[in-house]
Amino acid sequence: MRKHEGQWLWGLLAGPGTIWLLLLFALPFYGLACVAFGEIDPIFRNAVAAWNPLDWRFENFGEVMGEILTGSLRRVFVRTFAYVLSAVVLSFLIGYPVAYYLARHAGRWRGLLLALMILPFWVNYLMRMLAWVNLLQVDGWATKAFSAFGFQYNFLDGKGITVIFGLVYGYVPFLVLPLYASLERLDVRLLEAARDLGAGPANAFRMVTMPLSRPGMMAAGVIIALPMFGDYYTNDMLSRSPATEMIGNQVDFYLNGTTQPQKGAVLVLVLSALLVVFMSYYLVTTMRMQRELQA
Amino acid sequence: MSGLLRRSPWRRPVVLATWTWLYVAWMFVPVVIAFVFSFNGGRSRSVWQGFSLRWWTEDPNASFLHDESLHSALRNSLILAVLTMLIATPLGVALAVGLARWQAKIAKGANWLMLIPLVTPEIVMGASLLLVFSNLYTGVPLGRPAQLLGHVTFSMSYVVVVSRGRLLSIGRDYEEAARDLGATAIQALRMVLLPLLAPAILASFVIVFAMSIDDFVISSFLSSGASSETVPVRIYSAVRTSSTPALNALASFLVFSSLFALALGMLGMTAYRRRRGGGDGESVLTEFAKFEM
Repeated sequence: MRKHEGQWLWGLLAGPGTIWLLLLFALPFYGLACVAFGEIDPIFRNAVAAWNPLDWRFENFGEVMGEILTGSLRRVFVRTFAYVLSAVVLSFLIGYPVAYYLARHAGRWRGLLLALMILPFWVNYLMRMLAWVNLLQVDGWATKAFSAFGFQYNFLDGKGITVIFGLVYGYVPFLVLPLYASLERLDVRLLEAARDLGAGPANAFRMVTMPLSRPGMMAAGVIIALPMFGDYYTNDMLSRSPATEMIGNQVDFYLNGTTQPQKGAVLVLVLSALLVVFMSYYLVTTMRMQRELQA
Repeated sequence: MSGLLRRSPWRRPVVLATWTWLYVAWMFVPVVIAFVFSFNGGRSRSVWQGFSLRWWTEDPNASFLHDESLHSALRNSLILAVLTMLIATPLGVALAVGLARWQAKIAKGANWLMLIPLVTPEIVMGASLLLVFSNLYTGVPLGRPAQLLGHVTFSMSYVVVVSRGRLLSIGRDYEEAARDLGATAIQALRMVLLPLLAPAILASFVIVFAMSIDDFVISSFLSSGASSETVPVRIYSAVRTSSTPALNALASFLVFSSLFALALGMLGMTAYRRRRGGGDGESVLTEFAKFEM
């Protein structure tokens, strides 16, 4: 049996990467819980990780949960969900037509356009935000263009709308590509059939294209929503105000700005728990799509 | 089939075309403007005061050429990216090959473990790495060593995905033919599979380099202050201050570095094709596009 020969070799090849991920991905995540459920040193007031689950204490966790459910963090959570939801919806409104055009009608422009869709991946995210900070400053070109139309607005002064806009601008390229991929795979003959059976363009789109591209849409939506939930730098660059704070900003604050990392750790745990549904949805569907493609 | 379709029953989608080109303009015009402002004559990053090379070369202290703190950020970014690329790519390629062939029960678990970083928000990874470096792996100092470990961790899975795609399209026939002709498992790997994997390895190099250069969250969480500041961290901390257009110059230079890496990768791919043939009429660029989806 050739099949089982050389298995040691494959294990040996997979070994280093697997061990790396165990030590630097899985274990750190466990460490996060150990800090969140750890103790506070009575003298130095710093967080002490409890590596044994039997030693876990839940006071700190309860305290932060209380703040999330009824206290000051509640607004931050609600705001985060509102911002992410608006940004995802806007991204679809902007990105879907682009992906659709690219997949269906771009013709001889398709190669060039596809290259242009990929190019933002090669432009640093922070550079793209920097570009907008420059344009949206009080004397910036975008602000001036708006005021030429009689619309005076200080965009960078803690405005939620600017943060949402920044999220859309930052993440919409990550939506267009997977959407394009799913629309491009769509069988054109089904659309022809719909048209032959009397459907107008709008109905054909609504009854054929939309339902068939739904799995791709879901996956694409999830893949941009996940990083948005943990984003704090877009917010910091475009607003830097408590009025627009998101969960990520609080995590950054507790972990990098205070001596209370245990609070940040709880927030990250809660965030992960909220996102685990999306994460597994994405993984399971992409695995299934891959298996179908292979078959 | 599609030729027929492109003609009559479908109207020319003028609105869609316009929308798409507006989108393209929206994506790139701000960035181009930011680049142009690196040539601004005055200190402002938002009001044009005439063309000059002041912030690139001329200013004796604050220009991109002369400001040591900008060099240090750029150096940190590039060193980190090159090291990450050199470590994450071999680890990831080996993991992909191993996972594709390994039939032990743990292989399935390892496969899931490899997939989860792809969907984990960076802040989760950054926070847990920071806590583990400051509480458990205290031998690893924050700064470049910790940043390097972090960057390899988040980019390795992308290497696996890229290599896996290629492995699937190669299939197992060549390898089995080599084995039938008397090659050992290691020989088949080295002389057959590895050369066939070259495009994926090349693409991984480029993608990992770009991901590392682009990263902000992990670099920031694991930095140890100004000495380990990378370019994105520098942009982040300077953007809302009255820093000069030299910041735009630095950011533009970073973009050119990753575009340069992309160009190198594409050249390499073209050279590979010329030597080996194949490529089924696809452009190198679409091949890269596929790697990214």
